[in-house]
Amino acid sequence: MTSRPGAGAAGAAGQRELLSAADVARTVARMAHEIIEGTAPAEAVLLGIPSRGIPLARRLAARIGEFSGTAAAVGTLDITLYRDDLRRRPTRPLEPTALPVGGVDDAVVVLVDDVLFSGRTVRAALDALRDHGRPRVVQLAVLVDRGHRELPIRADYVGKNLPTSRDEEIAVLLSETDDRDAVVIRRSQQ
Amino acid sequence: MRHLLSAADLDAGTANALLDTAERLKEALLGREVRKLPTLRGRTVVTMFYESSTRTRASFEIAGKWMSADVVNVSASGSAVSKGESLRDTALTLAAMGTDCVILRHPASGAAHRMSEWVGAHVVNAGDGMHEHPTQALLDAATLRERLGSLEGRRVTIVGDVLHSRVARSNVALLHTLGARVHLVAPPTLLPTGVTAWPVTIGHDLDAALPGSDAVMTLRVQEERMHGGFFPSAREYAIGYGLSEPRAARLPEHAVVLHPGPMLRGMEISAAVADSSRAAITSQVSNGVHVRMAVLYHLLASQEEES
Repeated sequence: MTSRPGAGAAGAAGQRELLSAADVARTVARMAHEIIEGTAPAEAVLLGIPSRGIPLARRLAARIGEFSGTAAAVGTLDITLYRDDLRRRPTRPLEPTALPVGGVDDAVVVLVDDVLFSGRTVRAALDALRDHGRPRVVQLAVLVDRGHRELPIRADYVGKNLPTSRDEEIAVLLSETDDRDAVVIRRSQQ
Repeated sequence: MRHLLSAADLDAGTANALLDTAERLKEALLGREVRKLPTLRGRTVVTMFYESSTRTRASFEIAGKWMSADVVNVSASGSAVSKGESLRDTALTLAAMGTDCVILRHPASGAAHRMSEWVGAHVVNAGDGMHEHPTQALLDAATLRERLGSLEGRRVTIVGDVLHSRVARSNVALLHTLGARVHLVAPPTLLPTGVTAWPVTIGHDLDAALPGSDAVMTLRVQEERMHGGFFPSAREYAIGYGLSEPRAARLPEHAVVLHPGPMLRGMEISAAVADSSRAAITSQVSNGVHVRMAVLYHLLASQEEES
């Protein structure tokens, strides 16, 4: 984006850009390097958690392939049916699930999500994963860790630590689903 | 969604949401070791069947169990119903035990609707007399979507005993909502009065209808609801309205053959057609489980709506 507002300046919609498109690309590349060090790409399975974990997992896998010469398997894991707050909200639509052909048994699974917040999504993902097989190791990669954990969960690969207040909301924008790449912060709409 | 009483109650948005959920559930369960989702843990589902059934009952029971609900089966024979208890009293008894969802099959049209006024639980109509069987229509739509892509503008021919068929009524309503064009073929004696007001075209010549059909749904001849005189003989019925092999050859290459089961081979459908690759009859059964899981998910796994 050429008209990037400076850090700290309020944007038009009362939102502030924390990471630009270039920052996102750099961060994804760095995370890919870290994942190569932390796993053996040949046995790694990157599972994106819908919705924005899916394009992130694909980008990470592409970078890993580029940097290491070995492609990592990619898949999608929907966790809706394992959420602990289903009965507190209107019906949630389900998202796609697609595991790589070899499954997850004995693999090094890297769960990929855009934002790590309460940790409840990751808890649900761990439960979902258990029903699909028995990975050798499970790790977690997130583009943004915004704090406020409600469960004893931490990420193995963090793109950016962004301390936030609870009445703020972090939005990760990716060109696959949004109009551009960016991470923005704004007042919670609730 | 509070209850599922009639396919006619579903708007296109809700119907498509249910079908999408069913498709996702199928995907989520594909090839996994543990076919059990924790989603409905601690919820109690009662199936009350006052008419015989194999697939619908087993399908609902499996759907509930795969989502970790506790499923209890009550049938008319072997329960207090055989001692003369009324439907309402049986319902209130089960409601008092803390049932979250009642799945009802009953020979009287409108039974599920009455039930929904008596109990606080969610009610799913699993077939009420000659009225409706909404989950059958949903699983047929799921199967057609799977085979044909979208239903928009597709031509579906429904042939057979339309008069006694709740499957036909539910399918006409849902297929119309989803944008398909429905053509009914039946002997005049097996068409209900008032059928001209349905959103369908009507004919009596199956051979003429087949070449233009994207799907043909054969209905079972429901002898248990017939008391003579609807057609001269089974043989004559089969000649006029049975889907035989030479007849099926008139269908376009891509066309799908459906049957809600149980099939009377040699009557409304020949064995060769039922076992051919264009028949989607076993897919219908497996989609039935996913569709019923979707219905339970939409009814039970969300915040209670203010009623």
